[in-house]
Amino acid sequence: MEKVDLSNIGNEVHADITQLAKNAGVELSSCYQCGKCSAGCPVGFIMDESPRRVIRLLQLGLLDDALRTRAIWLCATCDTCSTRCPKGVAVAALMESLRQEAKRRGITTEKNINLFNDIFLNNVRLFGRSPEVILSALYNLRSGNFFQDMDAAAHLFKSGKAHFMPGRIKNTQAVRRIFNKCLEKEGQH
Amino acid sequence: MRYAYYPGCSLDATGIEYDTANKLVAKKLGMDLVEIPDWNCCGATSAHSTNHLLALALPARNLAIAEAEGFETVAIPCAACFARCKKTAAAVQASPEMKGKIRDIIEMDYQAKAEILSFLDVVGKKVGLEKIKEQVIQPLRGLKVAAYYGCLLVRPAAIMQSDDPENPMVMDHIIEGLGATALDWDYKTECCGASHVVPVPNLGKNLIHDILRNAASHGAEAIATACPLCMLNLDMRQKQINALLGTNFHIPIFHFTELMALAFGYSGQDFGLAKHFEPAEELIARTVNPGVRSAGA
Ligand code: SF4
Ligand code: SF4
Repeated sequence: MEKVDLSNIGNEVHADITQLAKNAGVELSSCYQCGKCSAGCPVGFIMDESPRRVIRLLQLGLLDDALRTRAIWLCATCDTCSTRCPKGVAVAALMESLRQEAKRRGITTEKNINLFNDIFLNNVRLFGRSPEVILSALYNLRSGNFFQDMDAAAHLFKSGKAHFMPGRIKNTQAVRRIFNKCLEKEGQH
Repeated sequence: MRYAYYPGCSLDATGIEYDTANKLVAKKLGMDLVEIPDWNCCGATSAHSTNHLLALALPARNLAIAEAEGFETVAIPCAACFARCKKTAAAVQASPEMKGKIRDIIEMDYQAKAEILSFLDVVGKKVGLEKIKEQVIQPLRGLKVAAYYGCLLVRPAAIMQSDDPENPMVMDHIIEGLGATALDWDYKTECCGASHVVPVPNLGKNLIHDILRNAASHGAEAIATACPLCMLNLDMRQKQINALLGTNFHIPIFHFTELMALAFGYSGQDFGLAKHFEPAEELIARTVNPGVRSAGA
């Protein structure tokens, strides 16, 4: 890592970081950088920064750098890190909060994961459920990976595991209201 | 006993044989499964990547309906749905303020009083091993099975309250109870990549490969799962992994209740064994009914 100048990080940034950590139930100063969280992380091998280093960025006040990592999107929320941390740091919860904050600020470093999430949630908003066929079809189309999993699709249809009609709930309005209210309240949690 | 049953979206589609097997097994064990009326998707795994409140409110609506219907226990066969429901209940129990917020969002009262259990724990702990053993009429004699729990079922330990976050044994005990052998192996609770497998194919392939390799090197003839997503990743992507990495895995993957159904006397047709990507018929014929295959051949 190149040399960083920490002298002009504003108070607002520190306040934002404190709030983010608080939302995740994490005391950033508890982390003594032992790296145990990252040693067991199954996704570590393709992350740009390890979970430990993401925490270090926050400790140093480099919020923007943390929000721009691919790591916070690649994290699979498997909770191996939090379970093994000797200091009880809820690393996975922190990764989740950072991902939500990055999304809120329009920083979507992993475009395909973000696209997948958007399509998934849009289906839930529309139907109340998540029809797998529509999810994969739209995802393949919009991500440009047209033929992804096409080899498997034939078997899925033949065996009745995939169907074209989306299952939907009766009270789709109730779910839509939940979406509207949550997105309205954004930032207040 | 009566249980509120939350199948979740995949049990109507890619996990349909899991749903069928659950219902067969439940009937034999005297469990009364009642699907939560008009349930919605719990949002896993996309809601909690997007919005904290949404991630809590979507499961809360289902749990509130179950509570309103008077259920004391909710049984959830998908590990991801189970994790989201447990986290919602924990968040509401921990803070009266959050409880109020959730009530306002879902426009229903939600007390977080009902007990939330994975289908695995309901079978393994509530119903218990003795009752399971009583139902076994076709023991899976000699079948070597690696019990795969994945991550979400057991972690974070404080919320999921499984028997052990690193070395759970509930499924192993069930497998042994069916007359099969549960293997001691290393990847029991490793992550399979969950839904990341779609947007980040490289990630999934590595994780799934490692799980299969470790199971195979410990002599697994089959892998048992307790989550439709784990099942799909290990089953559907085995062929893709072989093509991509030059391996030659052909390990049948089962939902743990399918193995139970087989031991309870059902046949593969009863729940849809043929829907699996990795053919399992031959293994089953060899294990469950040793006489049948040679007689028919
Ligand atoms: S395991 Fe805990 S203390 Fe160690 S680096 Fe990770 S978060 Fe910090
Ligand atoms: S929760 Fe995320 S950061 Fe933690 S071990 Fe799992 S993938 Fe890695």
